[in-house]
Parts: sequence; C-alpha cells; structure tokens
Amino acid sequence: MIPMPNLDVLGFLVLATFAVLCGLSVILQKHAVASALSLVGVMGSLAVLYLMLGAEFLAAVQMIVYAGAIMVLFVFVIMLLNSGSERPAKARYFAYLVGIPSLLAFLGVISFFILKELPNTSSVQFGAFTQGGPAPVGRLLFTQYLLPFEVTSLLVLIAIIGAMVLAKKEID
Amino acid sequence: MPESLAQQYFPLLVQILLAVLVAGGMVAAGLLIGKKVKNRVKEMPYECGMTPTGNARERFSVKFYLVGMLFILFDIEAVFLFPWAVVFRELKLFAWFEMVTFVVLILAGFFYIWKKGALDWTQTETSKAHKPPTALDLMLSDELEVAGRR
Amino acid sequence: MDFFLVSLIKIVVVFGAFMTTLAYLQWVERKVLAHIQLRLGPQRVGPHGLLQPLADVIKLATKEGLIPANVNTFFYILAPFLAVSLALISIAVIPFGPEIELFGVRTNLELTSLNIGVLLILAISSVGVYGIALGGWASNNKYSLMGGLRSSAQMISYELPMTIALATPLLVLNTLDLRQIAERQGGGWFWNWTAFSYPPLLFIAFIVFLISAFAETNRVPFDLPEAENELVAGFHTEYSSLAFAGFFMAEYANMVTITCVSTTIFLGGWHPPFPAPYSNFVPTALFWFFGGVLLFHGLTQPARRWDRFTFPAFGVISLGLGAIFLLAATVLPIIGQILLPVFWFVAKVGLLLFLFIWVRGTLPRFRYDQLMRFTWTFLFPVALGCLLLTGLGVALFG
Repeated sequence: MIPMPNLDVLGFLVLATFAVLCGLSVILQKHAVASALSLVGVMGSLAVLYLMLGAEFLAAVQMIVYAGAIMVLFVFVIMLLNSGSERPAKARYFAYLVGIPSLLAFLGVISFFILKELPNTSSVQFGAFTQGGPAPVGRLLFTQYLLPFEVTSLLVLIAIIGAMVLAKKEID
Repeated sequence: MPESLAQQYFPLLVQILLAVLVAGGMVAAGLLIGKKVKNRVKEMPYECGMTPTGNARERFSVKFYLVGMLFILFDIEAVFLFPWAVVFRELKLFAWFEMVTFVVLILAGFFYIWKKGALDWTQTETSKAHKPPTALDLMLSDELEVAGRR
Repeated sequence: MDFFLVSLIKIVVVFGAFMTTLAYLQWVERKVLAHIQLRLGPQRVGPHGLLQPLADVIKLATKEGLIPANVNTFFYILAPFLAVSLALISIAVIPFGPEIELFGVRTNLELTSLNIGVLLILAISSVGVYGIALGGWASNNKYSLMGGLRSSAQMISYELPMTIALATPLLVLNTLDLRQIAERQGGGWFWNWTAFSYPPLLFIAFIVFLISAFAETNRVPFDLPEAENELVAGFHTEYSSLAFAGFFMAEYANMVTITCVSTTIFLGGWHPPFPAPYSNFVPTALFWFFGGVLLFHGLTQPARRWDRFTFPAFGVISLGLGAIFLLAATVLPIIGQILLPVFWFVAKVGLLLFLFIWVRGTLPRFRYDQLMRFTWTFLFPVALGCLLLTGLGVALFG
C-alpha cells in the first residue's frame, strides 16, 4: 500500500480544485468552444473522482458517454452554429447585484451543512470499495435494477425520434 | 503482483504523465526550435496559392449534428453491453432476452431514422434547392467576394 | 518499494520500445508501399534508408513552427498536444506476456491490468476525436475545418460498430481485464482464440472490428479527413514542424494500440498458435530461414552495389537472433519466458500492421456518403446481429 494516509485527501483536493476551476472557466470563457472544452475538463475530473471512490465502471462510462459523446455533440453544434465570441450583455450590473449575494448565500448554506455533518464522516480510502467494477455493476443492473435498464431503451427510442423530428426540417 | 487499486492505477498515472510530457515537449520544441521568418503572405491560410476567399468558419450540414446525436443514443446502448457481457454466463438466456428486449426497442428507432433518410448522405436535387449557398456557390455567383484578409 | 521500482523500469522499457516502433513503422510503411508500387522507397540515409526516421525527426524539428494569422492560437497548439498525449496512454493496459520471475521478482509482462481495461481504451479513443476536431477548427482554413468535421463524424460513426464488435468476444471471455482476456484464450491450439470460436460469428466480429479500426485511425480506405486531392491535407493543412509530426505520430500510435488490442482480444494475445514445446522452435526456424535467404541472395545475386554487404550483414544478424531464440527455447528458460511470448505477440501485431499498410497500397478511397452509409446501414446491423447470435450461442451451448 501507499504509505501516506492523506494521499486520498490530497488527490481529492487537487481534482476538486481542478473541477471547480474548469467549471468557472465554462461560464467565464468568452468563446463557446473554450467553454465546451472546459466542460470536458469538468467531466474528466469527475471521472477521476469516481475512480477514487472505487467506482471504476462509472468512471469509464463517464469518460465514454459524457466526454466522448455528449461533449463531441456540443462541440459539433458550436461549430455548426459558427457562434463567435460572445459580447457582454447590457444588464450586467443587475446580474452582479443579485448574482453575487445569492452565490454567497448558497455557498453559506452548503458550507453550513457540510460543517454540521463533517465531524461524523471520514475520508474515503482509495481501493477500500471494490464493488464498482463492471461485474458487480452488471450483476445489480441485470437482476435488481432490470426495470430501469429496460426503460432506458424506451427513453433512448423517444430521443432518437425527437432528434430526427428536430433535424428533419433542416434536411428537407 | 498488484493487489490494491492504488497499485493497479499507479503505472497508468505514470504513463499519463509521461505521455503529457512527451506531447508537451514535442509541441513546445516545434514552436521554439527553428528560425522564424514572419510575413503577411506566409501567414495567410493555405488555399492552393490563391488569395483566400470567404470565411473559413462556415456553417455546416445539419447531418453532422444528427450523426453526433445518434451516436450519443447508440453509445448509451453500447456501454450497457459491457457489464452485460461480463455477467452473461451467470444469467445465460435470461440475460439474452433482457438485451434482446433492449436492443429491439432501439432498433425500432434505428429503422425509423433509416427510413426517414437520415443515414443517406447523398444530396438529391430537391434538397439542394432549399440549402443555403455554400462557398462554391458564392464563388460561382456574381457576388464574387475578393477578400484578401479578414 | 519493489513494486514501484519494477513498475518504473517496465514503463521505461515499454515506452522506449513503443517510441522506436512508431519511428520505424513509418520507415516500414514507406518501404512496403514502395515495393507494392515497384519502387525502392527510402534509400539514401543509412543502409536501405534505415536512418530515415532520425533524419525526418531532425528535419521536422528544425523547421519553422509557424502559427498562421487568425488562428485560435491556444486551440491550435492544444490540438496536436491532445492528439499525441491521448495516443500514448492506451499502451499501458496491453499485456505482452504471462507472469514471469526474474531475479526473484515476480511480475507481469505488462504495465498494469485494470478491471476496466477494455473500457479505458474505448474511453481514450472516444476522447481522441477532440485533437482532430479542434485542430481542424482552430486552423482558420476551409480544408482543415472540412477535414476535422468529416473526421470527427467518421470517428464517432465507426466507434459504434467497433464498440459492439469489441463486446462480442467478451460474451465468451466474461471479463474486461485484458490480462485475463489473453489468459482465457491460452491452452494449446489457435481455435481457442476468440476470433476462431463460435465460427463464423466471432470471426465476423473480428472483421467488423478491423474495418472500424481502419476508420478510427483514419487510414485508407477511410482517410477522407486527409483526402489530398480534395482537402489538401485535411485537418493538419496549416500545421508545420513538430506539431505536424505530432499528428502523424498520433496516427501511428493509434494504429499500434488498436492492433495490440485486436491481438489481445481476438487473436489470443501472446499465445502461440499451437502447443508449447513445438511452437518454441518456430522463431528460430523463421529467423534462420530469413537469414539463409538474405545470405544466399546477397552473396550470389546482389542487385545493387551495396547489397553485397548489407544483405549478408542482415542475414548474419537474423541467424544470430535465431540462435538466441534457440537458446531461449532450450537451455535458458529465464530469457525464454520473456522472449517467446513477446515474439508471438509482436508477430501477430506485426502481421496486422502489415495488413494496414497492404490495404493502403491496394484500395482506393471511399466517397463520403458511401463511408457513412457503409457504417450505419451495414457494419452497425451486422455487428449487432453478430453480438446477439453469439449471445444466443453462448447461452444455449455454454
């Protein structure tokens, strides 16, 4: 085993900081492609965070579906629409006036609950949870959670038809 | 022999660091080494030696968007195949019927888009009539835009 | 501490071998293509152009790294960086051989084995789209943008049949760990390899996977992103110097990785095609045969002046290698446990790489609508049907 006990916490802090920075970059970037790429960064660091919790399968799926498929679509759409850099909107002061206090309030509420709950929790050890691989997930998914799995296919079917209907106008 | 997850992922981490180092070093060296001679013509976008016309960032066929969308949907299906394959021998025919139910619903959508022509990339004459003009159309039309540099 | 030291040594060795392969793969490709077209190929730098890769690196490194006007500089630089770094990662989960014992240390001939090895490779290959899409988009060039878009649409479209074809053998193997995948195909003859079990279903899956692999690596006949007679050089039209070399390196690295994956999953990994005591002498026989041919040809009928020296020299090297393998197979099992599995693994990967080059020298390019129609209306249904039929077979007959 790795000798340093706090390596998990360190890794979490690095990744969490990276995720938050990428998240900030999503909304602060002027260019839509830069925002989309920052979102890929968020997805990537989330995947590694899942991995550190022991959810190996979820981490891989996070990369494949979110970073590899959904964000590719985002980038496609941005290239498709050819949107350049965005210009600042006019009502900026109003946004600052309302946005910053509500952001601070939100952070306050979150940190209140975290501080209230934190003494009861201990940090997760990387490798302590081993039921996140494909086999345990598959076992649960195809027996206990079968209905949600099958319903997913219905959802996907609806989405396919929806995508087609939306794009149909443009194709014709 | 690696026992813990940490030992399994440690070599991967080192490999990623190494790959990033090599890639970064390569790109940086490419930009730094070699003499720099800058001039206006050399920095132009390459268009077979002609003066570039129009805007390079054009709008593109909605087909690309549709392909991206369909990929997401079918990718979700494909990702489910892996845990299914791993536990397949434990559940046998039960697992098979589960996946057939799943796939049949998705295939229904697949045949729908196939019949609607979303997978056909050939352009018919009717579809051309409604399309916005492409760069080639603009170049062939009277409004020939001779823009040296934007 | 042993574990970390051994890991680091293994990483250095594998990385060095990988980079050398990438450098020489380009030389091999040029040579093979040249001989397909009745040319000689690289010939000037070193004997038979063997120093050509080195010369190319020096040439490309000393070229001016030009950043054209009006590009998005950050993305323009980020794109080759992403392409190269992502292409170099996947090799970490490929197993090259069984567990070995060297100087009292037991270790696997691989960098690491993960529970999600197959998914990791898929994840990295699906993120690999960004390098090309960004490179094309940031370049501010019509050809680049068109190439980048085409390429990304093509790569995501072919990823579907590839993913499904990859899941098909896993129905038989029931694991995503590449080491276990290779181990479960061992035990004697080549019909234990997944490509040949449940015939012909898994062989069809193998073919579907290979075709998708050609498209994923943007190789002929799917090299539309860089179709030179319509798009100049596609997504890397505006790139120069080592950034340009980076895209090439990424393409070759992806090619090596994907052939390694198909070898591991479909062709039994490091296992020889027939049982051990006899198969151990195949490398020796092959090397001695090649050595003999080279010696005979070089000494009796040299076509060019230098062939009289270079052919016999390579012949002697080949004979020596044969002798080393003979020793490894008989009296030195400590080397044999490394050399023999690695030989079979490299031989299979090499054959598949040769197939990639051979196809490039043989087939013309698809038209874009043909390319998209082929994957969506042919490969995807075939892969899915194959998967379900294999599933039925495994469920009914074990």
